[in-house]
Amino acid sequence: MTTRTKQVASFADAVRDVADGSTIAVGGFAGAGMPYNLLKALVEQGAKNLTIVVNSTGGGPGMRGVRLPDVGMLVENGQVKKVICAFTAATRPSDVLPFTKYYEAGQVDAELVPQGTLVERMRAAGAGVPAFYTPAAVGTELAEGRETRTFNGREYLLEYALPIDVALLRAHRADTFGNLRFRRAQRNFNPVMAMAAKLALAEVEEDVLPAGGIDADDVHLPGIYVHRVVRIPPEPEGIWHAPPREVKR
Amino acid sequence: MSEGRGLSRQQMADRLALEFQDGWIVNLGVGMPTLCSNTDIGERQVIYHSENGVIGYGPLAEPGHEDPHLINAGGQNVTLRPGAAIVHHADSFAIIRSGRIDVTVLGAYEVACNGDFANWKVKGAKGGGIGGAMDLAACAKNVFVVLEHNTRDGAPRLLRECALPVTARGVATLVVTNLGLFRPKGEAFEMLEIAPGYSVEEVRAATGCPLIAADTVPPVRMAG
Repeated sequence: MTTRTKQVASFADAVRDVADGSTIAVGGFAGAGMPYNLLKALVEQGAKNLTIVVNSTGGGPGMRGVRLPDVGMLVENGQVKKVICAFTAATRPSDVLPFTKYYEAGQVDAELVPQGTLVERMRAAGAGVPAFYTPAAVGTELAEGRETRTFNGREYLLEYALPIDVALLRAHRADTFGNLRFRRAQRNFNPVMAMAAKLALAEVEEDVLPAGGIDADDVHLPGIYVHRVVRIPPEPEGIWHAPPREVKR
Repeated sequence: MSEGRGLSRQQMADRLALEFQDGWIVNLGVGMPTLCSNTDIGERQVIYHSENGVIGYGPLAEPGHEDPHLINAGGQNVTLRPGAAIVHHADSFAIIRSGRIDVTVLGAYEVACNGDFANWKVKGAKGGGIGGAMDLAACAKNVFVVLEHNTRDGAPRLLRECALPVTARGVATLVVTNLGLFRPKGEAFEMLEIAPGYSVEEVRAATGCPLIAADTVPPVRMAG
């Protein structure tokens, strides 16, 4: 049998064919599991008119002292038409996301979605379910003019599946088959985004193992969902982790 | 706030944490709610759930011992308690929507006596930050709200009706402010406990809706 591998040599190679107008899902939550290297490569690759699906558009340099690649950079680079996310502004109104000023000025569109709904819409897309009902956002301005239905005396809001063209992921460990394993809170949106996507690209933190290097019981995301894997090189070439957030005790 | 009057941020969080029952699954919002995990609740043990899929996290990591992969919903580096488990985001919100969270503690800009509250959008903004708050507020068994009693300009935050867009309707079960502990009762807030240094009349004047208070309101119960 010939040796097949999903490992590719560079981040540029991984994102080479991302087309203008694509819907891109970006994994990660508050820094953990963020595909920083693939995001940077996508900024350099330059695909335009993108719809980005992400939890938050990125905190900018204020939150952790340094700015790592985030969706805000794609916005600043003029590549983004619309963002579908759970935050168009920071939790604290005094923190200003780079994205917010573009949004407020009408230079980019956004769809604000409750976080559980956001991930369930991708789970549905990855599970062959076209729509579902959820109690989240019922009675809020997000539900105005939209279809609701009452089940067992409670009102639910109709939400549609959110299919993805390309998912950018970060994982801890991979094998050549594309099986992935995440570490701690790095998992977050990553497996679900891959399952919703036609093409899933993963940056990984350890050397890529031969197929079988991750026991079948220990695979978090089966390789059938993952198309390309890139090993993150050492710093400064590779981007690793955000510094710890300052904590008030 | 003048010296010795009212509750500190930690005392507000402490008062809500005293309501946590043994075995509860607890989800703490970003900001003041995270302070609840500092409270000494004696022999009772709760399981902290974080929306990013961490079930059973423990205290904040010591400086220099942070694990970059291990954070709570506020992005703080935390530790795991024995018995902790990790799930992905869809499963984390399955836990939330299926009603397994006994209590969520959330910050807010406004809360109304009918149980509505608002915490995702400020006045005049085009967008906002919802995060997991709408899912949590709609589905947790108890929704505790923590907020300052008044804005910096002195306007009340406890209202008959929220002026800001709401996060969920009719869900708040307990409210703590720097002035005391309150329960939404539909047409009014019931004042359960009062903060040191305040009179009921002062609290009533600082509140934007009717306040039900007994002749003698007990002081806010303190932790420890």
